[in-house]
Amino acid sequence: MSIARQNRLNTYAAHGVLILYTLIALFPVFVIIINSFKTRRAIFREPLAMPNSETFSLIGYETVLNQGDFFLYFQNSMIVTVASLFFILLFGAMAAFALAEYRFKGNLMMGLYLALGIMIPIRIGTVAILELMVQTGLVNTLWALILVYTAQGLPLAVFILSEFMRQVSDDLKNAGRIDGLSEYRIFFRLVLPLVRPAMATVAVFNMIPIWNDLWFPLILAPAEEVKTLTLGSQVFIGQFVTDWNAVLSALSLAILPVMALYVIFSRQLIRGITSGAVK
Amino acid sequence: MTALALTNICKSFGPVEVLKDINLTVEEGEFVVFVGPSGCGKSTLLRVIAGLEDATSGTVEIGGAQVNSVPPAKRGIAMVFQSYALYPHLSVRDNMALGLKQENQPKSVIEARVNKAVQMLDLGAYVDRRPSDLSGGQRQRVAIGRTIVREPKLFLFDEPLSNLDAALRMNTRVEIAELQRTLSATMIYVTHDQTEAMTLADKIVVLRDGRIEQVGSPMELYNNPVNQFVAGFLGSPAMNFLSKAPVSIPENGVIGIRPEYLRPVSGGRIKGRVTHVERLGGDTNLLVKTAQDEALTVRIFGQDDTRVGEAIELDFDDAKAFAFDHEQRRVI
Ligand SMILES: Nc1ncnc2c1ncn2[C@@H]1O[C@H](COP(=O)(O)OP(=O)(O)OP(=O)(O)O)[C@@H](O)[C@H]1O
Ligand SMILES: [Mg+2]
Repeated sequence: MSIARQNRLNTYAAHGVLILYTLIALFPVFVIIINSFKTRRAIFREPLAMPNSETFSLIGYETVLNQGDFFLYFQNSMIVTVASLFFILLFGAMAAFALAEYRFKGNLMMGLYLALGIMIPIRIGTVAILELMVQTGLVNTLWALILVYTAQGLPLAVFILSEFMRQVSDDLKNAGRIDGLSEYRIFFRLVLPLVRPAMATVAVFNMIPIWNDLWFPLILAPAEEVKTLTLGSQVFIGQFVTDWNAVLSALSLAILPVMALYVIFSRQLIRGITSGAVK
Repeated sequence: MTALALTNICKSFGPVEVLKDINLTVEEGEFVVFVGPSGCGKSTLLRVIAGLEDATSGTVEIGGAQVNSVPPAKRGIAMVFQSYALYPHLSVRDNMALGLKQENQPKSVIEARVNKAVQMLDLGAYVDRRPSDLSGGQRQRVAIGRTIVREPKLFLFDEPLSNLDAALRMNTRVEIAELQRTLSATMIYVTHDQTEAMTLADKIVVLRDGRIEQVGSPMELYNNPVNQFVAGFLGSPAMNFLSKAPVSIPENGVIGIRPEYLRPVSGGRIKGRVTHVERLGGDTNLLVKTAQDEALTVRIFGQDDTRVGEAIELDFDDAKAFAFDHEQRRVI
């Protein structure tokens, strides 16, 4: 068998597997979206059928938009996610730069200490965090969530970014120093643009868990005016009756903003993944 | 006037001593080349001079002023790096101008100096391009331009040609030499290529394991090396060292003969067999294995039709040979 033919078969096989995986991964999302446009009866009678003129209904979306302050929840989730990502990237990159660039006593220990958080889930400390938030008066504020998520995201961010920053050429940083750039300008203007793919990777890895988190909003910020989208959607899930139309519509809507953020980061992300892979 | 004076410079990274008691003065307008094998501390020494690394002890003086605690940008130096290190987000013009902008020079001065450098280095067609759109040679010229515009007291080059191909390396070498003459600048140039060292330097500093082995003009070092290391490092093909041949050899020592001073003579004292012949057109190098099983290189000017496997007898003028004792120090 010729090598070219073999390669072609391999390519087909690889694509086959990938397409299959994509279908499996997207199937639940697809089911959620089609069912969000159906009447309640249709959802249960034929969950996999497409909505048609008989079963089509926007009742779920109407409930979602009329009940509760859905736009506020949206806004809260967006603020928490974007602000957390911003602080994770900013502080993570700064710490990573210090660890990668400067020699000081305890550099290695500091790096290990910062990386330890990757292995210890922050939820273990929930009670202590709650006490802390009560004492500082941050309960039921978005800041409580932003601070917790920043802490949760930093270890991995520092770990990944410091690895990438070590690869940035020393000569480039030294050229900047000789030209009189401050360490801050070297960091922001020379180093950060070069590790942009790694930053996007960190952002995407952190974004989804923060957006979807139910635990901390429930514990630290359950008040109406600071509810996040995930928490807000819970009103439709009752102990005895669940308004499935509304739940499915809320979930469908919740996909949109993450999609938007993902598209923003994805170009960088793909570069990040492949640059790591081929080097 | 003294452009640079290093006194008792030591540098350690943790327990590793990289530079050991370096003393050196460089006069204004001199072209000084640091050579030495890989890892001997050339780049570290250059970074100490630039202020990118602090010396563990000792003082650095540039233009008569001690600069130990002066940041790199204020030392009056400029540096060209091996990897060019151009700012990827800036155009060629802005790459050159950045240092001057940081010094708060007036716009007119910046423009004049950049234009002069662009003209000098023939970069006119590329001023608005990004570094990624330039070839290696052009990038290196931009890096050199970036140092010229600063009008520094001291130029530092860290292996600037090692990423270029052979032909371009030769051209750029000549350009750097011409540049030094037109600017009558003081330059310190690091390389591990001894041809670059010999052709460019007013003064060569040979380093080994963080110590200065010898300082002198290229011909001084070539004709009068203080030890076996310097003798073997400079010259291409390298000097031959014999310890068993039937000639006068110091006890436990070796005798060193440059390849061009060995002549095929019938009845010569060294007998051997040709194992390989390199014909370069201008000269011919014979690789010889002696009867005592030592390897030798013989350089014959012009073309020669000696064949591989032939027996050969060689001799040399004793006055042209160097003798080294058991600690590799020069004795004759
Ligand atoms: N930051 C550092 N930490 C620890 N050791 C270092 C550091 N920088 C350099 N060294 C060590 O110092 C020694 C000298 O390094 P240096 O870069 O000065 O060598 P060099 O002469 O420039 O070699 P080359 O010709 O390969 O560039 C090497 O053994 C190197 O391992
Ligand atoms: Mg070096």
